Parts: sequence; C-alpha cells; structure tokens
Amino acid sequence: MSYEELLTELALADERFIVMTAENRALIRKLPQLMGGRFIDTGITEQTMIGAAAGLALRGRIPVVHALASFLSMRAFEFVRTDAGIPSLPVKLSAFIPGLLSDANGPTHQAIEDVSIMRGIPNVTVFAPADEDDMVKMLPTVWASPQPAYIRVNTRQTGYVHEPFEIGKAEIISQGTDVTILTYGLLFEQALVATEILKAEGLSVGLINMRSLKPVDEQAILAATATKLVVTLEDHFLTGGLYTIVAEVLLKHQKTANVLPFALKEKWFKPALLPAVLEHEGFTGKQVAETILGYQTKHIQPEVAKPEFAE
Amino acid sequence: MSVVQPNFHQLEATALKVREHIVKMSTGGGCFTGASLSAVDLIVYLYSEFLNINKDNLDDPDRDYLFLSKGHDVPALYGTFAELGLMDPERLKNHLSIDDYIYWHPNTKIPGIEFHSGSLGHLPSVAIGVALDIKIRGGANKVICILGDGELNEGSCWEAMLVANAYKLDNLIFVVDRNHFQANMPTEELIPLEPLHDKFTAFGAAVNRINGHSFDELHQTFQKYPFQQGKLNVVIADTVRGKGLPSIERRADRWFCNFTTEEVSQLLLELHGEHQTQLTSETLVVR
Repeated sequence: MSYEELLTELALADERFIVMTAENRALIRKLPQLMGGRFIDTGITEQTMIGAAAGLALRGRIPVVHALASFLSMRAFEFVRTDAGIPSLPVKLSAFIPGLLSDANGPTHQAIEDVSIMRGIPNVTVFAPADEDDMVKMLPTVWASPQPAYIRVNTRQTGYVHEPFEIGKAEIISQGTDVTILTYGLLFEQALVATEILKAEGLSVGLINMRSLKPVDEQAILAATATKLVVTLEDHFLTGGLYTIVAEVLLKHQKTANVLPFALKEKWFKPALLPAVLEHEGFTGKQVAETILGYQTKHIQPEVAKPEFAE
Repeated sequence: MSVVQPNFHQLEATALKVREHIVKMSTGGGCFTGASLSAVDLIVYLYSEFLNINKDNLDDPDRDYLFLSKGHDVPALYGTFAELGLMDPERLKNHLSIDDYIYWHPNTKIPGIEFHSGSLGHLPSVAIGVALDIKIRGGANKVICILGDGELNEGSCWEAMLVANAYKLDNLIFVVDRNHFQANMPTEELIPLEPLHDKFTAFGAAVNRINGHSFDELHQTFQKYPFQQGKLNVVIADTVRGKGLPSIERRADRWFCNFTTEEVSQLLLELHGEHQTQLTSETLVVR
C-alpha cells in the first residue's frame, strides 16, 4: 500500500480528515478529485497553511498537511510551535523530501535540522519511517493520536517487512554483542547493507529502526549500550538528532557508552542525485561498515535507487 | 442580527465601563492601555449587536467566532466580557496574578477566548481555517479577526488575504483597528500603510472604512454583512490610540502604561470628562 492509497482510504472513511498542501502535490495527485472540499491547497503559503490547519483542528478536524520538509519545519516553524504546539492540536505534518532525500535541490531544501527543531516543541511528536512499508504501518496510529505530529515522509522501497507500529517503540531488526546500529529513515536501507557486511566479517551485529524519535524508546537505546560499540546513523546534523537523543538518554540514566556517530557535522551536504550524495558523504552501507571495521573489504555496495520524485 | 436600531446610549455606557476596566488594569504591572482603548468601541459593538456569542453558547459549533489577533489589546476584550456577562467582573482584579490567567495576551483558559495570540500575524490564518470548515459544513457562522494596523507589517497577514480571496471566504471579516500607531511610532512615519483601502481592495476584499468610535457607523457597516458575495470582508476602523483619555491619546510614548494608583484615580475621572491628568509615571515602558 502506498502513502496516497492509505491517506485516500482513511480520509474517505473518516470525514474528520482534511488533506492540505502548500502546493506540494507529489504524494497526493488523486486526492483533489476524491476529497472535494476536504482537499485544500493554500498555494505556496506554509505559514497560512499551518495556521489554517490549526483553525480546522479547532473545529474537530484532523488536517494532514503537505509541504517540503525544509519549509514545513523552518519557514512555518513559529506557526507549528505557536498554533499547533501550544494548544496541542492534532495537526499532522507530512514533511516531504527530508534529509538526504532532497538530493540535488541544494542547501535551501535540505531539512537536516528538522528532527532537532520539531522535537524541541512541547506536544509535537516526531516520526521517521524506514521506508514506505514502515510509514504505512505507522501513519494510522500517528494520525489517530490527539497530538501534533511531524512525519519525515519516506516512500522508499526496501523490501523489508516491518513489525506493527507502536508510538514510542523502536523496531528491533537484529540483536548482537559487538555493534548495535541505531538508525531512522532513509538510511535504514544502508544500515541493512552495513549489517550484512559486518556479519560477513564475523561481528555480532544489532540493528534498530528507531521509527518513533519523540517519544523515543529509551529502553531500546539503553539495551544497545550493552554492546561494545553503539553506532548512530542519520541523515541529519550531528546536533539535535539521534546522536543527541542517545546522549540525553544515557545522561538521564547515568550510563556511558562507546558511541560512533554518522551524521552531517556542521555542514550541508553536497547536492547531487541521491546515490552520488550517499557515496560522497560516506553514508553507503559499505562505507559505514568499513568505517566501523577500520579496514576496506571486498564486499559490493548494492545499487542505490534514485528517488522517484523531484520537486 | 437586530433589525431595530441598537440602543446607542447603552453601547456608549458599556464602552465607558470597559474603559474604566482598562484604566484599572493599567497599574500594578500595567498593560497595553493605548491599544486597548482604541479597540473598545468596535469590540463592544461586535459582542453587543453583531456576534452570536454569549456565555451559554461558547461550545456551540454554530456560534460566531471572534479572534483577537492583535492580542495585546485583550484588556478591552476582558472588560467587554465582564460587562456583557461572559466573565465575573471580580476576576479582573486578578490581572497579572500568578493564580489566574489574565495576563498581557489572550489565552484559552479564559472562557470566550477562541485562540491564544500575542505573536502578530497568526490569527488571520487560524480564522481562515475556521471559516473554511464552516464553508465545508455549510454553516452560517460569522468569523471575525481583529487586527492591529502595525500588525499589518507581518507578511503572513497578506499571505492569509491571498488565501481568503482564493477560497472566497465571505463568512470572514478582518477588522483593522486603525489607530495609526505601531508600538513606538506613527505607522506612516515607520512603515506607511496608506492607501490601505486600496491595498485590501487590490487583494480582492470588499472593504469599508469607517470611524471605529462611531456606533452608528459600525452598525450601518456591519448591517451590510456580507459586503459582497464571495469576497473577504474588511473593515478599516479608524480609531485613536488611547481614545477616551486625552492625556495619553495619540502619544507615541504611551503604548504600554503602568500608572501609579493616584494616576488611575485621576484617569478614571478623566474618562468622565474631568480635566486632563498630569502623568508622572514612566513612559516608553517596554514589554
């Protein structure tokens, strides 16, 4: 099932749903015809869209709003914080092309601080699905919640069949004693590659799909510290994302761990098509595995599919 | 909506009472006195004569809505609530108390407040969301959003107007309290807004510009709602900052006021036409 199929099914069955967009229709091409007056395109006005979504939520609606992640999280930041966050209204933010998925757009479109700033708003929950299957499994729960939610939309196909979703629970893909990789979103597919390589090199490897970044699964993070090395892998600035979340959890529980972060360190990434970006920034599964191992291997990096959308 | 002429004398009396509440709140920490006094007459008119809002229908989905986007004039709204039975007047004594929620900007802990404000340029879009929902449901509710003129510096107001025009929200009324001042300066000296009527017209709105202190003009104007089928309604209410207190009227340095108790006593008399008060309290208080 695709994002659009899921949204169509839920929205047609429940008249509380309002589908909104700030003229970003890539995910919802068929919705205007199907939804009638419950499809609202406010044009290129992220702020007005969020304010209007808050007004609709006041009237009992569940607005699912669409815009590029960078503009939704930053152009409209104060509207999200003030109009959805303060009253804790169920405004659901579908953030398109977050992180590395903005591939060749350039730094204006790079939402790589979005997890940090969205989780900093009281009442706002944050989710980052590993692929479309994961996303379709989480959205019914996320949209049914009474709280505002920021979702890093990810329509990638990995072929992995995910477990049912629960808010605040991570998905344990595998468990190991040498290394545990904590990841979310797009880089899940590279984490699967890295895990295979590390296992082939004889390591006992754990892999955790974080899924729910706020609330976060503290027990999953604490359990990972039992391994010799904890790896955080994210397409986000080092500041404020998963690496920071892990630090916060360890500090809270007075634990220490040997943590190796893969993230964007005080820089925007070099714009190009996704496969080249992953390679250039050192995020392919093979590069991640070899950085962890400390040596080159003969393993082959599987081809990375290009994103199907461009905006 | 009443078809008979409103009791103008009663409206004047209510407005005077509301101004007294504002003056009484302008001490012990103070409030945005000047901006509150300019909005009194239009707020009193709207709640008394135009809006279907009363203490018994605050949760009724068919009620009308008023959004105070220019949130710092909330003493005018609370004073009106107190006079029209939406709030116990005694509660106003809790102004700025840690034990209540009557602070410098509106919040939904106070029954009758539809949405919090304070950050300018937000409620036009929130009001649009409510007006859109009413349109979708085929409701007859009216939605008012009161804006400050200085607030119109915010781009989000104009963005919202584009969207209100696109969706033909003739159930939405933007009322601009045109008191000709922003925080520290006359608007036309800092960021000129005129010709304001033309700007709104160019954005597709049906515009009326009136004296915001004349209940007669307010009534004649709002009787014409909706001003034009399929168009956002805009009322530019020309007002005077500090209206009712000649000692602070149109004074750039009297935006936020924190008067002494002696000054409050004098100003209450001034409201009733006594001589102007000699003010010694601090001016240009910044909040």
